[in-house]
Amino acid sequence: MRTAGRRKVFTVLFRVGTYLALGIVITPAVWVLVGVVAKAAPGWQWNVLWTPLVSNTGGIEGPLIGTLILMAGVLLIAGTIGVLAGIHLAELSKSVDRGPSSWLRMASDVLSGFPSIVLGYVGYVALVVGLHWGYSLLPALLILSIMVVPYIAKSTETALRQVPSSYREGAEALGMSTGFSLRRVVLKSAAPGIVTGILIALAISAGETAPLIYTANFSQTTWTGSFIGGHEFGYLTYMVFTYWDEPFKHDVQLSYDAAMVLVAIVLILLVSARIIVARTQRHAESRGG
Amino acid sequence: MTTAEGAAGGLPAAPDAAPQAPRPPALRRVVGALRTGETGAWKWSARVAVVLPAVALAFAVTVLAVKAYPAIEVNGWHFFTGSSYKIGSAYAQTVRTDGVAHPEGSSYGVLALLVGTLQTGFIAVLVALPISIGCAFALTERLHPWLSRPLGFTIELLAGIPSVVLGLWGVLTFGPFLAKHVYPAIAHVMPNVAFFDWFKGTVGHGEGLLTGSLVLVLMIVPIITATTADLFRQVPPLPKEGGEALGMTDAEVASRITIPWVRSGIVGATALGLGRAIGETIAIAMISGSILHIAPNIYSPMSTIAAAIVTQLSSSLTDATGFATATLAEMALILAVISVGVNLVARWIVHRTSRIGGAVGRGA
Repeated sequence: MRTAGRRKVFTVLFRVGTYLALGIVITPAVWVLVGVVAKAAPGWQWNVLWTPLVSNTGGIEGPLIGTLILMAGVLLIAGTIGVLAGIHLAELSKSVDRGPSSWLRMASDVLSGFPSIVLGYVGYVALVVGLHWGYSLLPALLILSIMVVPYIAKSTETALRQVPSSYREGAEALGMSTGFSLRRVVLKSAAPGIVTGILIALAISAGETAPLIYTANFSQTTWTGSFIGGHEFGYLTYMVFTYWDEPFKHDVQLSYDAAMVLVAIVLILLVSARIIVARTQRHAESRGG
Repeated sequence: MTTAEGAAGGLPAAPDAAPQAPRPPALRRVVGALRTGETGAWKWSARVAVVLPAVALAFAVTVLAVKAYPAIEVNGWHFFTGSSYKIGSAYAQTVRTDGVAHPEGSSYGVLALLVGTLQTGFIAVLVALPISIGCAFALTERLHPWLSRPLGFTIELLAGIPSVVLGLWGVLTFGPFLAKHVYPAIAHVMPNVAFFDWFKGTVGHGEGLLTGSLVLVLMIVPIITATTADLFRQVPPLPKEGGEALGMTDAEVASRITIPWVRSGIVGATALGLGRAIGETIAIAMISGSILHIAPNIYSPMSTIAAAIVTQLSSSLTDATGFATATLAEMALILAVISVGVNLVARWIVHRTSRIGGAVGRGA
């Protein structure tokens, strides 16, 4: 009887513990999201989105544009390189577990574990100072891209591996060349997974601060259109990082606004990623695959 | 004979081929060349792209090593045994040690930052591990999909919240809340004996070691939970059903069968989380209180290597000899070595057990 009692207590404690753990995580997650909105909403005015940033007055137009341009650049640079690298690792390399591919995959994994601040410092030493580019867009873009390429490569590789090999064999049997079947058959089937990976990578780069402080620094002026040459520009995360501590109420409000806009951007990206995944799954289930 | 398009049937025709048939042999040769060309283009561009991460990695390590070399030479092993960040006098004579110029009176020691990095990392992992296992178990084994799907997505969202936003919330809302309502109670009940007295003393205003670690917990729980939930789903049903048939409760099945089945995968996921916690910069810079000492109690302000690299930049730039920025490079190198080491061990453990997709976020 004593053992039975102990078992019952253990089971009840375990169940309570799991729900408690879930509560411990869900509560702060909701708390953060609601808290950011609660801080920003009372003083929120829609025109901060298109008002330039000036001390003690103005809005977050410049930083918002800066963040969007960074995302577009990362999409272009890291998206291209990451997807191609993933294609190589999943489709084109001869052996999966041995040879150069496994070493390249490992290098990519190691790079993804590199702290972003370390990459930012490398960008500062090598690009901002070493190549005399100054704080500007290109070094920031390159460092952000280096940061997320391993992630995009990995998600592309995973998505490609989930494409049934019968698709490739079918394409080959129909006389398609490797390149043609890759473009029209394999990549098409893997597209949802690849797009999801890219969306999450964009969310990561929109929310990054540390490497940008070292490569773009910060400026109240909107991006001037130049890639190098010491043209500092604004981006949202820096405003959150510093403006909350400013003595002026308006600046503090701007930092809350920036945080809310940032969370909105990230939410849109992650929810779209989730919708794509859900749609594909339903589609796959309805086909019986 | 039929061409590739004709045979492909329902598949759309290639845009580089004219749709009409029959085709003259010359055109077929051109199309064939384009086809072969396309394969070659894919192969070569992919080959270039896959090398780039390795090139970037080698580049980063080389840049850091070259930049840090003078600092490593001058700071020596004392760098690891002391705690100071003195740039030296900007007005005094520049002196040379081992041929490296630096301002008079400069002295650097990374001990407190190193200890702070490890403390925040390990506290975060210690708290996050049981919570993550509990979450993964609740999501995969207990809750109905209509509940576990939105809750799982909320945890995914937590991974996506920018660390600067978590930092802002930590310093404005979470830290003050803990310092007012939670820390005093903990400090009050802890006995005044060795180890436990680390939890006593002044609780401050919520900027410090424990608040920083708890915010790190929120960052790494999604990573460990996602991986652990994936692992739980891979455990074959037969052993679990066997356990149930023997009269085990779900808690016993979890603790005796499911969790041991994927133990090393969980260890690997935890190490990935540790790597992420060690490299976190902005949130810690906002919440830690940024003080260069080894925390006398668990609530007190401190700093980490990553946070110091970002907070010390502007003061380091005032050193005209460049020795301060070389020291920053040495700190970055140490941080990189630690987190890459942790990451490699983690990947090795995970790889040994299973192949699974990564969680949301970098370092996962």
